[in-house]
Amino acid sequence: MKSEWLRPRMLRRIVFFVLLFVAWELLARSGIWEEYLFPGPLMVGRTLIDGVVSGVYLHGVWVSLQRIAVGYGISVVLGVVLGVLIARVAILEDTLGALVIGLQALPSVCWLPLAILWMGLNERAIQFVVIMGSLFSITLGVRDGIRNTPPIFVKAARNLGAHGWNLYTQVVVPAALPSIVAGLKQGWAFAWRSLMAAELLFFSLSLGNLLQTGRDFNDAAAVMAVMVLIVMIGVGVNQFVFGPVERRIAERWGYTAAAY
Amino acid sequence: MVQALSPLDLTVQRGEFVCFLGASGCGKSTLLSIVAGLETSSTGSVIVNGAPVRGPGIDRVMMFQDAALFPWLTVRGNVEFALKQVGMGRRERADVAREWIERVHLRGFENSAVHQLSGGMRQRVALARSLAVDPAILLMDEPFGALDALTRDRLHLELENLWSATRKTILFVTHNVREAVALGDRVLVFSPRPGRIVGEFGIDLPRPRSLEDVTVVRETAKVMDVLRGALEKSNDEV
Repeated sequence: MKSEWLRPRMLRRIVFFVLLFVAWELLARSGIWEEYLFPGPLMVGRTLIDGVVSGVYLHGVWVSLQRIAVGYGISVVLGVVLGVLIARVAILEDTLGALVIGLQALPSVCWLPLAILWMGLNERAIQFVVIMGSLFSITLGVRDGIRNTPPIFVKAARNLGAHGWNLYTQVVVPAALPSIVAGLKQGWAFAWRSLMAAELLFFSLSLGNLLQTGRDFNDAAAVMAVMVLIVMIGVGVNQFVFGPVERRIAERWGYTAAAY
Repeated sequence: MVQALSPLDLTVQRGEFVCFLGASGCGKSTLLSIVAGLETSSTGSVIVNGAPVRGPGIDRVMMFQDAALFPWLTVRGNVEFALKQVGMGRRERADVAREWIERVHLRGFENSAVHQLSGGMRQRVALARSLAVDPAILLMDEPFGALDALTRDRLHLELENLWSATRKTILFVTHNVREAVALGDRVLVFSPRPGRIVGEFGIDLPRPRSLEDVTVVRETAKVMDVLRGALEKSNDEV
């Protein structure tokens, strides 16, 4: 893995970010804007470290991660079941399928007012928004994957003695896997966005709430530090959870591996 | 509904290599699918070893033009697929798969991904996957149709060797006259739309047959005449 750092692409990337940070720092020090509104990267970094060391940020991260684990987990289970049902049952495809596509067009934060009216300003309302944000992407990924399973695979498998449950778990699901993983990944991204949007409105400590607190204290450095934290978590999950899965699929299926 | 096949009566001996020859749209693939149990005929029945065919079964395994290997499995995983379906244990499965992978000359590729293989190698894997489960009948639907001529010749030879060694009954669909004559004990010529058997040739030439051999060439010409006649007749009707 060491040689990866020497590759031109990696090198370019590093140089770009170093230059970006230098430009940002210089701009912050130029005095065009007040420091509390436009802090430089050094100050943001310091705020980030302080926040982590004091334990406040880690606590916020922990609360948010717990929420997304529950909300996204529920979405995955419901999405897989719904996706399979819609793909398999024609009447559900014509009815529920159309509804899912319609709801998919609605940004999940639009559910927030309704969620608060129905459930109040509490955990359940947050979970509701997260689920509404990610459920339909997952459902559609599963549905598309199953619907687009090449018929020749099913034919070959039946012909080799597969039927019923085995045909499903050993052929249809693996054949649909690239699409299912794409749906899961998109669902994750939407869940993460929905969670941050919902948390902005809530008063208990969480990542979204820390953003809001930074604003309340006129502390742009704190806002930016939390934003960096949110980006790091998002990138980290892509890199360490979805990245390896996608790479494995790409290798097996013979897709040209995407650039990471 | 389109009628793909006219009523036909056909008896195939155990261990016989029969080639179905005809232009596209003559229903020869449909016939194969019906024997495989993947499609049902509107009338009539297929009897295999005294029992009527009702749905797919691993006594009759089909090979497709596109090898239809499963990309999420390795070569070994593909060869083991049918064995797994019949509930064979892990160890035994691995042994049988290893044997068949060797018999189709793919030793060293056990753990390769499907996309890493050439077209000819894929068909070899498909052949191993079909034969590993020890079917009575091998149904081959233009399995070499998409391969280059050199690869095809090699696979003909290998198929013939495997057939001699295992004595499977083979029903082989092709539109390539020379392929049919080179491989078949019997060649059945189909006319198109709806498919009908218009000629039957017993090919009694010594094996292995070379495509350049003068007797093969002569036989090919005879079969070609009948096929051409059938095609012209159907064109007149249209």
